[in-house]
Amino acid sequence: MPKDTGIGAAVPRTEDRRFTTGKGRYTDDFTVVGLHHAVFVRSPHAHARVTGIDKSAAEAAPGVVAVYDGKQLVGDGVGNLICGWAVSSKDGTPMKMGAWSALATDTVRYVGDAVAVVIAETKAQARDAAEMVEVEYEELPVVVDATDALKPGAPQIHPEAEGNLIYDWEIGDAAATDGAIANAAKVVEIELVNNRLAPNAMEPRAAMAVYDAGTDHLTLHTTSQNPHVARLVLSAFYQIAPEHKLRVIAPDVGGGFGSKIYIYPEEIVCLWAARKAGVPVKWTADRTEAFITDAHGRDHVSKAQLAFDSNNRITGLKVNTVANLGAYMSLFSSCVPTYLYATLLSGQYVIPNIYCDVKAVYTNTVPVDAYRGAGRPEACYLIERLMEKAAKELGVDPGELRRQNFITQFPYQTPVIMTYDIGDFSQTLDAARAAADVAGFAQRKAASEAKGRKRGLGYSCYIEACGIAPSAAVGSLGAGVGLWESAEVRVNPVGSIEVLTGSHSHGQGHETTFAQVVSDRFDLPMDNIKIVHGDTDSVQFGMGTYGSRSGAVGMSAIVKALDKVEAKVKKIAAHVLEASEADIVIEGGAVKVQGTDKQMAWHEVGLAAYTAHNLPEGMEPGLKEGAFYDPTNFTFPAGCYICEVEVDPDTGVVTVENFTAADDFGQVINPLIVEGQVHGGIAQGIGQAMLEHAVYDESGQPLSGSYMDYTMPRADDLPSFKVSTHETFCPGNPLGIKGCGEAGAIGSPPALVNAVLDALSGMGVKHLDMPLTPRRVWEAINAAN
Amino acid sequence: MPKVSMTVNGKAVSGEVEGRTLLVEFLRESLRLTGTHVGCDTSQCGACVVHVNGESVKSCTTFAAACEGAEVTTIEGMANADGSLGTIQQAFQDNHGLQCGFCTPGMVMSAADLLKQNPDPSEAEIREWLEGNLCRCTGYHNIVRSIKAAAAANA
Ligand code: FES
Ligand code: FES
Repeated sequence: MPKDTGIGAAVPRTEDRRFTTGKGRYTDDFTVVGLHHAVFVRSPHAHARVTGIDKSAAEAAPGVVAVYDGKQLVGDGVGNLICGWAVSSKDGTPMKMGAWSALATDTVRYVGDAVAVVIAETKAQARDAAEMVEVEYEELPVVVDATDALKPGAPQIHPEAEGNLIYDWEIGDAAATDGAIANAAKVVEIELVNNRLAPNAMEPRAAMAVYDAGTDHLTLHTTSQNPHVARLVLSAFYQIAPEHKLRVIAPDVGGGFGSKIYIYPEEIVCLWAARKAGVPVKWTADRTEAFITDAHGRDHVSKAQLAFDSNNRITGLKVNTVANLGAYMSLFSSCVPTYLYATLLSGQYVIPNIYCDVKAVYTNTVPVDAYRGAGRPEACYLIERLMEKAAKELGVDPGELRRQNFITQFPYQTPVIMTYDIGDFSQTLDAARAAADVAGFAQRKAASEAKGRKRGLGYSCYIEACGIAPSAAVGSLGAGVGLWESAEVRVNPVGSIEVLTGSHSHGQGHETTFAQVVSDRFDLPMDNIKIVHGDTDSVQFGMGTYGSRSGAVGMSAIVKALDKVEAKVKKIAAHVLEASEADIVIEGGAVKVQGTDKQMAWHEVGLAAYTAHNLPEGMEPGLKEGAFYDPTNFTFPAGCYICEVEVDPDTGVVTVENFTAADDFGQVINPLIVEGQVHGGIAQGIGQAMLEHAVYDESGQPLSGSYMDYTMPRADDLPSFKVSTHETFCPGNPLGIKGCGEAGAIGSPPALVNAVLDALSGMGVKHLDMPLTPRRVWEAINAAN
Repeated sequence: MPKVSMTVNGKAVSGEVEGRTLLVEFLRESLRLTGTHVGCDTSQCGACVVHVNGESVKSCTTFAAACEGAEVTTIEGMANADGSLGTIQQAFQDNHGLQCGFCTPGMVMSAADLLKQNPDPSEAEIREWLEGNLCRCTGYHNIVRSIKAAAAANA
């Protein structure tokens, strides 16, 4: 039985007290004496040469202390923004990275590209003065669509990338896959768009930079998912300050979903300006700025062929993808449509031959990078749309076609790098079918028909890769960093415990789940345990939180450190109690000699370690251990999602009637939190499938720059969800965790689209691209009739 | 600059504001009550919801000067007198109705107004009421559950 605060217990979150009482502390909540405010002057053009900047009126405006431009920034030696993952083209040439200065010097490449910054005493003054900065532009031709950007004669965006092609990458065996397709009994073809999304964490990005001239030291509060990586990149590449003279604090962060992994121009400029102007500087994005500057997600166009033999077994998959990376290469943009995408194209299926070709392209749009799922939603959408289409064309049950092709033997080496360690795909399929009452669908469909509505049911059997990742493996694939995680466990002299983790919580509940792991190990109450994160001055170097890695990687580091603490505790107790180490057990807040009444209270061991009056010969005083955990493999969460929709054929309105998720996340530490992660992911996935679309017009103007025109999922757009977990423990890490943060967003879009297409199959509608807005659905129905 | 006086969470406060100063700016910057959040600039996310004279309003679209003499309650005023969580706050914690917490103050303030007007709302009524409050983390599932639980606890 799980202890009431141990592993597996549904412990309400300890962090909620501050969040429910308004005592959370997000970046914009911080202030310092003498704080000034930064407002950016941004390009209104998607592509233009900057021919002149007249700052004089702004400089003379009330409250303004400085107006800076890109030439000053570059002149001060601030380095260009970089992409930290080197991906090469199939011909071996390195990716073509165009220069990206935090303030544009001579060319702007998307609407929102910053050209100058105003620093003033109040935000209102800075805003007023920013409007007085006169920038002269000479407009250049614009391209926003990635396919168009590849066409001969398209506007050239960066001199470094001829024809706007960043790389033309491939994976798998082209000849074998072509052979499989040529010899197939049936080939299913698809062409689809994975729509561009704006991440929309509810807390807008913000940065507050404070320079202490006395110690030549900078402190940055910022909305980051990975403060140490931010400090490293700001130091090593942008030359802001050496690491020991730069403290980065990511306090409470209001959601990230990938968009707060990257180090953006605004943080760089605030730090640089705080030193240059000699005043503390804060910038907080408004929502419009978020829409035009936060890295977007997805934006793929793909063509694919799936080959079957005469027994409906898959023999090959060939994919061609064009990925829009926007105007500049964001920090991890290059790996998203390659190593995080094409390596998952085997899905849950035995596919002997896979080949995928990916062209990454510059356009005059905001940079595109990882957004919840990052590459894996695009892979899942492609393969699960194909499977559904195949089932329809082959005239077989979509669930059974999947089951027939499931991988059942583990470990399983796919043709696209990944080795799946464990899973049970039939188990989650069966669980989802039972929970979704697939058996009763025909009856519900008849009831809908009677009302003049169309009802459909769609499956998605997703797999994804989390726990990124073995450092040597990702290094060999071009990653500029290692992807381990760190932890330090400090037992204080009075027995309370602080865990310093390199992971960062921005909604995931680490302060609760990480403490549960400690509580479980030492049988201690939760309020004896504190989780410390998000401050480079308090915590040892760590890699941060993204890719559902904090459980599988971050907690594994904590477990390693706990192992070391436990070993030392046992040694001390054995010495003091004059017993054998092997007989020492830790339970009920005490360290005991098994089978006797000899024991020390937990805090007495702590005290013994620090007084050091009676320690084993040669033992160092103190009770504090650190660990770095480098993963042995990716982890592979998988599951089955079933969506049931009703469509009104007269209006094209889609209503999600039921949404069922059956997931295998490996060991679950806190079911309350895991379910919450799935709910949130599904909502984002349904958002992508039905509502959300970041759109640019042909001149590069963003048409979805506020909540007036970008449709976020609201409470009345969604049903309650039926979620459940079905574990196979991951063999690769000590707690058997796979990760749960992204699954919902990965698995849900194809389930919804498949359901709508199922509903409309009798009306001749064969294809729809997301988002399935009423208009798109209505137009498709009318076009088919 | 004109002066404005109001009661916030039971305390008389006053401060100088410009005509364009928003209530949320006055709360966050002048009073340092940073529990009320700003999530958008088009009055659509509800992160800024507070109560003015007992009704939920979006403090990002209310001028501070317009609140002269008003009774304002923010999330900081929602706990019980002994410091324990109020019913709705407790229900959000118990039902995991929040993740990053950024939308939470607005959600709690909106929920409080709903339950005042409709002590036993159905799921559909809750979802409809929350139409002006965005949450990117929870998918609303557990927010709806939390509000139902708070209604039950009040009953
Ligand atoms: S900040 Fe008031 S509605 Fe968004
Ligand atoms: S809990 Fe993060 S936005 Fe609602």
